[in-house]
Amino acid sequence: MRYHAVGSFDEAVRISASATGITRFLAGGTDVLVQLRAGTVQPDDIIDIKHVPGVKDITRRKDGGWDIGAAVSGVELGAHAELCRDWPGVVEGMRLVGSTQVQGRATLTGNLCNGSPAADSVPGLMAAGATVSVTGPDGARVMAVADIPKSPGKTNLKPGEVITRVHLPPRGANGGDAYLRFIPRTEMDIAVVGCAVNLRVDGDTIIEAMVSLGAVAPTVVLVPAAGAALVGSTLDDATLDALVTAARAACRPISDRRGTVEFRIEVAGVLARRAASIAYARAKGETA
Amino acid sequence: MSRIHITTTVNGEAAEFLTEPRETLLDVLRNQLGLTGSKEGCGTGDCGACSVLLDGVLVSSCLVLGVEAQGKTVETIEGMATDGALHPLQRKFIEHAALQCGFCTPGILVAAKALLAQNDNPTETEIRYWLAGNLCRCTGYDKIVRAVQDAAAEMRGAA
Repeated sequence: MRYHAVGSFDEAVRISASATGITRFLAGGTDVLVQLRAGTVQPDDIIDIKHVPGVKDITRRKDGGWDIGAAVSGVELGAHAELCRDWPGVVEGMRLVGSTQVQGRATLTGNLCNGSPAADSVPGLMAAGATVSVTGPDGARVMAVADIPKSPGKTNLKPGEVITRVHLPPRGANGGDAYLRFIPRTEMDIAVVGCAVNLRVDGDTIIEAMVSLGAVAPTVVLVPAAGAALVGSTLDDATLDALVTAARAACRPISDRRGTVEFRIEVAGVLARRAASIAYARAKGETA
Repeated sequence: MSRIHITTTVNGEAAEFLTEPRETLLDVLRNQLGLTGSKEGCGTGDCGACSVLLDGVLVSSCLVLGVEAQGKTVETIEGMATDGALHPLQRKFIEHAALQCGFCTPGILVAAKALLAQNDNPTETEIRYWLAGNLCRCTGYDKIVRAVQDAAAEMRGAA
């Protein structure tokens, strides 16, 4: 195995494009090094991107949105008061990943590229309408986070491509988001179901809404029908029932040691209802 | 396989070592620098027995490559006592019998010290969440939590 500490993403792409074996980009390493040590992925080249200028930066753009460097850790995300105020759901999803020790290293980008359907930070990013900048042998492009996951452990990135930054849209007025997951204990576990809701209100009426579910399909999924169920409502009981029905209808889960198909579908509805209530309260400036 | 020369700072002192790219910081600490206080419990970042501070951030040293320590500062359990005097956390762990087999103890002490550095009066809940990634199979955690609270109280009083 060769280790490359690169000074730019261009250099990273040059190395990955000319590599003949297995390549892994290293940011936090909380998945890559586990796989390396477990023997499930034995890279020939590890390309450490943490020395690239800007990868640890969290920057507010002129339009009010946010650019988050590929190596920003969970701890650094959680310590950014302004970002937490704008996108509490995105941040709380990332902060649920692993332990304090893992949080010191793990990144949004890594959680996304690991391709787990249960990735805790991905539903919040999808519901927020986040995008990522990608650089590769054929140049740079911007992709929606929702277009990155392909199947368990696989992404739609092409060989040699690397995510350089995550982009969150401007929060704007009267918006709120939230992420909830179910695990059978209080900490240090993988989501049995996860749900993120991002919405905007005008007065008491929801005028925009996006809902995303994790761990109930081969990838994290956006559920447009669930978002549509919220729009135009004041989150009354009938709306919540419609939300729950739409969320459950989108579930294509498997049964495994963490939960059965039936349980996951049931819980997806429960979490959608609760996450929507929290996002709604946050959008109205209430504590939740 | 070519070995890479790394210079770093460990517990305040300059250190250097030669490492293969796939060796972890934990391997280097234990096998090359003779710092065997950090333990390998799981090797997959789940148990916290290998906890160290890397540039002041609490990490699992089994999930850091040795080469990543280049130019950084590393703090391990061996740097916790100063001039032979135990750190208050170490004394309180003994007083409260907050350890049995002791395998998890170095990691928990390093993690608890990192907590108290940013929160000098953590609640029981805050301590339990902070230490959720430090597994202990002996004590049931209650004594650990009490020892951390007691050490925090002493350190606040001394400040």
